[in-house]
Amino acid sequence: MTASSAPADLPAPVDLRAARRASASQWRLMWWQFRRHRLAMISSVVLALISFVAIFCEFLAPFDPNAFTPRYTYAPPQALHFFDRNAEGGLVWSPHVNGYKVTIEPTALRRVFVVDEAQKVPVGFFVASEPYSMWGLFTLETKLFGPLNKGDPLFLLGADRLGRDMLSRIIYGTRISMSIGLIGVMLSLVLGLVLGGISGYYGGWIDNIIQRVIEFILSLPTTPLWLGLAAAMPNNWPPLQIYLCITIILSLIGWTSLARVIRGRFLSLRTEDFVTAAKLDGASERRIIFRHMAPSFVSHIIAEVSLAIPAMILAETALSFLGLGLQPPIVSWGVLLQEAQNIRSITTAPWLFAPGIAVVVAVLSLNFVGDGLRDAADPYRQS
Amino acid sequence: MLRFILRRVLWMIPSFIAVSVVAFIIIQLPPGDFVTSYAADLATSGSPADPATLEAMRIRYGLDQPLVIQYFHWIWNALNGDLGVSFEYRTPVADIIWGRLGMTALVAFCTLIFVWIVAFPVGVYSAVRQYSVGDYIVTFLCFLGMATPNFLLALFVMYLSVTYLGYSVGGLFSPDFENAAWSLPRVVDLLKHLWIPVLVLGVAGIAALVRIMRANLLDELGKPYVETARAKGLPELTLILRYPTRVALNPFISTVGWVLPVLVSGDVIVSSVLSLPTAGPILIQALKTQDMYLGGALIMFQCILVLIGTLLSDLLLVWLDPRIRYDR
Repeated sequence: MTASSAPADLPAPVDLRAARRASASQWRLMWWQFRRHRLAMISSVVLALISFVAIFCEFLAPFDPNAFTPRYTYAPPQALHFFDRNAEGGLVWSPHVNGYKVTIEPTALRRVFVVDEAQKVPVGFFVASEPYSMWGLFTLETKLFGPLNKGDPLFLLGADRLGRDMLSRIIYGTRISMSIGLIGVMLSLVLGLVLGGISGYYGGWIDNIIQRVIEFILSLPTTPLWLGLAAAMPNNWPPLQIYLCITIILSLIGWTSLARVIRGRFLSLRTEDFVTAAKLDGASERRIIFRHMAPSFVSHIIAEVSLAIPAMILAETALSFLGLGLQPPIVSWGVLLQEAQNIRSITTAPWLFAPGIAVVVAVLSLNFVGDGLRDAADPYRQS
Repeated sequence: MLRFILRRVLWMIPSFIAVSVVAFIIIQLPPGDFVTSYAADLATSGSPADPATLEAMRIRYGLDQPLVIQYFHWIWNALNGDLGVSFEYRTPVADIIWGRLGMTALVAFCTLIFVWIVAFPVGVYSAVRQYSVGDYIVTFLCFLGMATPNFLLALFVMYLSVTYLGYSVGGLFSPDFENAAWSLPRVVDLLKHLWIPVLVLGVAGIAALVRIMRANLLDELGKPYVETARAKGLPELTLILRYPTRVALNPFISTVGWVLPVLVSGDVIVSSVLSLPTAGPILIQALKTQDMYLGGALIMFQCILVLIGTLLSDLLLVWLDPRIRYDR
């Protein structure tokens, strides 16, 4: 269009974008494609934040997740104020929360907390705390934020049945819930790669058997099976062992859909010309798979994996919620939601739902990222 | 056609065998057998059992035999209607589970119908008005529906009903009808309670099905036959409902295969939150107390329920869709 108005003897303008596209690497093309999925981009930021919380939970959580203060059972959430009015009525930087006024309800003899505007609990950043172990490696005595005077109440998301800080518990739960999703998916990926790869690469009767097994597992209701397997764990096992066992149980049933995707990829690639060419060249099986086939299926697998993590997280949450997954000294989102199980506690303390919000946000953003990755997995497809 | 049905039904036999093996493994998994837990029970009550009696019990129940023999023993009894004894309830397992499984089947069936009724128009709308505000809202709600664990939704509904309606919505019957015989008022009472579990369980299925319907219909909408029909002057609504929707409808029937497992799974968790008289709550109770004959039998029959549902959907699909030719 612009060329028609230009003098005829000038060379045609080079389309810079097309040239950049033509010379860009596969991964760069994928990144460009992924960037266009706006929800996936936002979700990646959310996920990065969640991972940050999971990695640095000891430092970020203001209290130990199992430290309890019986004085503050079911204390409601406090709002964090950053500014305060000084004597002249101007705003000054002074982060604080309001304390509680406790009254005893005469009929039910229950303590009722009201946030008391008159009391101020000063809050500081990088405050000194009880010594705690960071990653089990070294000891720290500073938390990102906390009450300036030790022992002051600070419950930004309220307190539970034993007066434990919900916020700290959710922060610690992030590490367990996210890591169980990640490790569980890695285990299913190994199973899926081995079985799906064999199935798709060799075909024939072995493919037939593996496919029938997958179809069978997929046709079963998963929760009863998970529950049945989880129930077999002796309940006097140490927490770490239970954690590993739950992860294995989740991946034992979760590998099937990954295996299907991998098999599909192998099947379609097996007949591609470049694979035949490599075979005729006498390349070894390992070289064909890793050198020639892998570049075209790795991206798809990454996308499928990121879509499989949320299912793992939801499964762990459900198991722990029912009391057959992780057990209380461990803090995961599902374990926390166990507290919200009966109707009495959620009507007195609706903030016990907060871990549920964490689950929904994490799962939602993982789904969006997975969706974006899947769209970007094949950058050469014209859309 | 008949040959296909026969082959498909015959395929169920290995599936049933596999399911029974899985259930048996689950029964066997916890360390010790039920004589051990019986002994532990006696010991806590202060009168330790005589080892000779325990040994006699083991022999009586065939627990001293190798596992394979035990399996055949168990499956043979199961085929004759004897599923073992529940340790917790001290009654035969068979007496406990049938009514419960019936309720699970009822809840699952109603939810499936509900999922279809809602997902169909919403999916069609979402595809026909692609990228409209309505489509974006539907898409967002679908993602939200898939991301919310259904027990959380159940809890939330309970919370809303207690705080705003002032009463709890758990259970499937009002106290008056709890143990009454079946009658018309009891059915009406059931329907009054049933909508909450159906709604809670249906959300995830609806979300998934709307997405599938939308994608399938979008594939069809651009095809030449749609254009032709439009050129001939068919009213838009008639056109969409008569041609592309019918083609895209296939997944609605074939999804029974994967929606049913999801529903039965969800039922376990949701019904324990809403305290429904379905198989879920007693399954969890049985597994927690390691009452394995009850737990194993429940798991086996839940799986069988799903397998039968899948079989019916497969047969329905062949019957409804003339494009599928199974007999070679």
